[in-house]
Amino acid sequence: MSQDFRLESVGLINRDKKLSFKFNGKKYFGYEGDTLASALLANGVHLIGRSFKYHRPRGFFGAGVDEPYAIVQLYRNNETEPNIKATEQELFEGLEAKSVNCWPSVNFDIGAINNFLKIFLPAGFYYKTFMWPKSFWYRIYEPFIRKAAGLGVASIKHDKERYEHKYEYCDLLIAGSGPSGLSSAYAAAKNGAKVILAEDKPRFGGSLLTSDVNIGNQSGKDWAEGIIAELKTMPNVVVKNRSQIFGYYDHNMLVMSEKVSDHLPKTKKYHPNKRLWYIRAKEVLISSGSIERPIVFGNNDTPGVMLSSAAKEYLKVYGVLVGKNPLIFTNNDSGYETAIEFQKHGVQPVILDSRKNPESEIIDEAKSLGINIKNSYVVVAAQGYKKVKSADIASISDDKKQLGKIENIKCDCICVSGFWTPSIHLASQSGNKTKFKEEIDAFVPGNSKQQETTLGAANGVFSLEETLQTSFAKGRELSKKITNNDNEVSVPNVVEKKSSEHDKFWCVPLPTGKNYKRFLDFQNDVAVSDIEIALREGYRSIEHVKRYTTLGMATDQGKTSNLNGLQLVSDIENKVVPAVGHTTFRPPYTPISIGAIVGREVGKHSKPTRKSPMHSWHEKNNAVFVDAGVWLRPRYYKRGNENLFEGSKREAKNVRTNVGVCDVTTLGKIDIKGPDAAEFLNRIYTNAWLKLPVGKARYGVMLREDGIVMDDGTTTRISENHYHMTTTTAQAANVLSHLEYYLQLIWPELNVNVVSTTEQWAGAAIAGPKSRDVLQKLFPNLDVSNEGLPFMGYMEGDLFGVKARIFRISFSGELAYEINVESDNGNFMWQKIMEFGEEFKIQPYGTEALSTLRIEMGHVAGSELDGRTIPYDNALEGLVSKKKDFIGKRSLQRAAFIADDRQRIVGVVPLDKKTSIPEGSHLVKDANAPLPNPKLGHISASCWSVEYDNPFSLAIIKDGKNMIGEKLFVMSPLKNKVIPVEIVSSHYVDPKGERVRS
Amino acid sequence: MLYIKCPHCGMRPQIEFSYGGDASVKRPELNKEISDQEWDDFVYNRKSLRGKHLELWQHISGCRQWIKIERDTATHEIFKTFKADEEVA
Repeated sequence: MSQDFRLESVGLINRDKKLSFKFNGKKYFGYEGDTLASALLANGVHLIGRSFKYHRPRGFFGAGVDEPYAIVQLYRNNETEPNIKATEQELFEGLEAKSVNCWPSVNFDIGAINNFLKIFLPAGFYYKTFMWPKSFWYRIYEPFIRKAAGLGVASIKHDKERYEHKYEYCDLLIAGSGPSGLSSAYAAAKNGAKVILAEDKPRFGGSLLTSDVNIGNQSGKDWAEGIIAELKTMPNVVVKNRSQIFGYYDHNMLVMSEKVSDHLPKTKKYHPNKRLWYIRAKEVLISSGSIERPIVFGNNDTPGVMLSSAAKEYLKVYGVLVGKNPLIFTNNDSGYETAIEFQKHGVQPVILDSRKNPESEIIDEAKSLGINIKNSYVVVAAQGYKKVKSADIASISDDKKQLGKIENIKCDCICVSGFWTPSIHLASQSGNKTKFKEEIDAFVPGNSKQQETTLGAANGVFSLEETLQTSFAKGRELSKKITNNDNEVSVPNVVEKKSSEHDKFWCVPLPTGKNYKRFLDFQNDVAVSDIEIALREGYRSIEHVKRYTTLGMATDQGKTSNLNGLQLVSDIENKVVPAVGHTTFRPPYTPISIGAIVGREVGKHSKPTRKSPMHSWHEKNNAVFVDAGVWLRPRYYKRGNENLFEGSKREAKNVRTNVGVCDVTTLGKIDIKGPDAAEFLNRIYTNAWLKLPVGKARYGVMLREDGIVMDDGTTTRISENHYHMTTTTAQAANVLSHLEYYLQLIWPELNVNVVSTTEQWAGAAIAGPKSRDVLQKLFPNLDVSNEGLPFMGYMEGDLFGVKARIFRISFSGELAYEINVESDNGNFMWQKIMEFGEEFKIQPYGTEALSTLRIEMGHVAGSELDGRTIPYDNALEGLVSKKKDFIGKRSLQRAAFIADDRQRIVGVVPLDKKTSIPEGSHLVKDANAPLPNPKLGHISASCWSVEYDNPFSLAIIKDGKNMIGEKLFVMSPLKNKVIPVEIVSSHYVDPKGERVRS
Repeated sequence: MLYIKCPHCGMRPQIEFSYGGDASVKRPELNKEISDQEWDDFVYNRKSLRGKHLELWQHISGCRQWIKIERDTATHEIFKTFKADEEVA
């Protein structure tokens, strides 16, 4: 198919490289350097989608990031991505794209019936219509809305592309490579500043690529190319194209998304798809330019109606005519520039200018070229459904209220210019309170909030000469502050045509008897009438009007609609625009791929995985692993076809009858040293620590200041001024911070140092009646008898040449020991334990058996120390010293904590001794009581007691001390279970604790 | 993301720190008899200030030192940072 709308030898595309692509299944050709939009327009394709609400035909409106319509579903290298702007997507060989928001096809779209129902779909339609009957919401309304809404479909496949994050620091970050960006970058670079210059488009130069100006005796485009070429050679400068700075955060931190591979058919090996840059800049120069503003008229959303600057860009950059019979509708001189380009390339445009008698150099040039200009004329309505076929035009009175006789003229596109809106998004995001600039009826940045300066068109300065002068000066001034260099760079001569003022006309009145839709927000289908309804219904704040009508809430964030919306609200309210104010600009400036935001933190990279030194042994021995915080721990060691229940039961039973070994490396370990260490522990823990002798361990409980248990564990006095503290796996980091807090801030007079040694030691717990036999074999020269190494004793030993620490401590409630060796020797230790334990029928046991053993014994763990319980609740009040003060002690006097019916830990056994009790279930007195059934407490942990061979649970219930022997019910509505139970002591096995001392 | 001057390490991004609450709160001395109200004020009662606020942070992924930061809670401006034992002027 020939490209009927492509000009010969105009534009910056590479005509030597022809590319084929598909749109909605049909094959087309374009060139390297095209966007999907320019390539489609070159082929005369204007119908690209359907609108969001009314499903009206949609074409192209802009040529870049401001595009509200041309959103497609993109297919690239067997991946698909929604919400892609055709105006930004560069063409590559084999590109495929499809229309969104239409079914069954863009040409015949059933949803377009909404267009005829539009009288029923006014502003606030969802809020009004779907309120009743209530039950219809999730069955009928929501599925309907979900199906009808949306701008494409997210892939549910795993994304094979790679995304990177990068952190960067610079002196000057410059957003936008138009005339002001280039000038300031150049001046700053010459002063030796570290500069990053970011451009969202593939080509540098911004407006210089399309404007008819002269800088330093060359065309604007050539001057830009020269500057960029020189900047690229400078070691202190980074220039980045396809890179959108989309967010301005605190302390001059900006985030930029660099499209590394989107313009290629396939991402290169070792390249990311996108790279997200976190940039901390000393100074930020915002040279993001401006976006042309539409004029509002009837059917102004018809395909073929577009911004006049976009038409000029398609012509000058891509050599594409958006029409062969163009109508230019303008209130300023920009429309003339577009008209002149058309005229120069053999297409005769007609200009309708709302102004009565404007005069300027640009207008003179248009006149001299013989362009047909109609002053005090406006487009009343575009005609044509899927494409503009003609326009109803009329003269307009000087007060812009009265239309003259309506005439119809043929045209195939309407290029609109309602003057320019500075892109103040980044400045506003920085916290800058913007101000209204009357001459351009738009907002510009006010006083700087952070280290940011806005230059050029983004600051409301539309003269090239002034832009270059201020930008060179700013670049030099700001860089001088940082580098102390002051190299003068002469500002080149500028030749630009002088323009005249625009006339602030923005909305064409409706002719009598006509009710054309006049759209403000093109992406969300918000028309003038919608805003009128919202105001009539009493919405006043612009933030409320926005949310009620959805004005400016689409993915384009109202880049082309915000100001006209404000104009309308201020007109109706009889206010001035600054009194209405604008809605808040928030990042991101334009949609950013979720993949880029997530970066490498996917799959295994979402969080670190920590493994003990014995991990490979566990793997070889069929361990089934479980996540314990960031650690991987064996849950049980599978034998044959065993399931979790069978395997853990076997392991736990073997501990009770013979001996088992468990990897306890993951326990937090903190080394505590210093002459005041004992005093410090005495303040940290609830129990007494001053008299703990060297070579002894003690169990301790620590509280938060509010009296809630923070953590528990054993701490051993290794030598006079040296302690080894253990914490639970989950709380290790918090406990360390807690200790540091008190040492550094509250009691700096204590001479104590703490450091984490969790990773320095590998730990193995040997538990069971035969554990002493195993230990004796491992340390044949040590006296490990009950007298030599009593309960809570500690000694150091030599494990076949490896230095070992031996603690007689027990979590399982059995006779047990914990051996620690330096991590590198962990595997060696484990193998020796297995080797010498074999004759005593040693088996490794995992976390599930570990839980069973501790639950039966009534030992508390994380599920009881859940951030809501005090020592009494866990039957730990015996460890609370009455004599000394400690962290959180004063809180234990709170009325609720000493209440007579305070909650307390108990044991729970089902009456039938068979039914397992789900964790988290509630305990109630009467299973048939009316809802809400008063809850007495909850099941914190459940197991199958291997000692008694029946289910056993721990629970924390109200008035627990008086509940022993009571018959209650466990209710789990989630599992639909009601279980009659008996409350027993939480110490189900060995209540006197004889085994650990045996 | 804030940019915080650790008095020990220099300028570091916020992700290296963790927040630790109001730095103006004074812990009552050990073994001192105090009223319920005083204790409640220490444990629970905090002013939610708009404006200048002295707060604690810990340079958790750096030197692990607790520091004090004088920060504007509305604008995030950081006026000054102090070491744990430094007098706040």
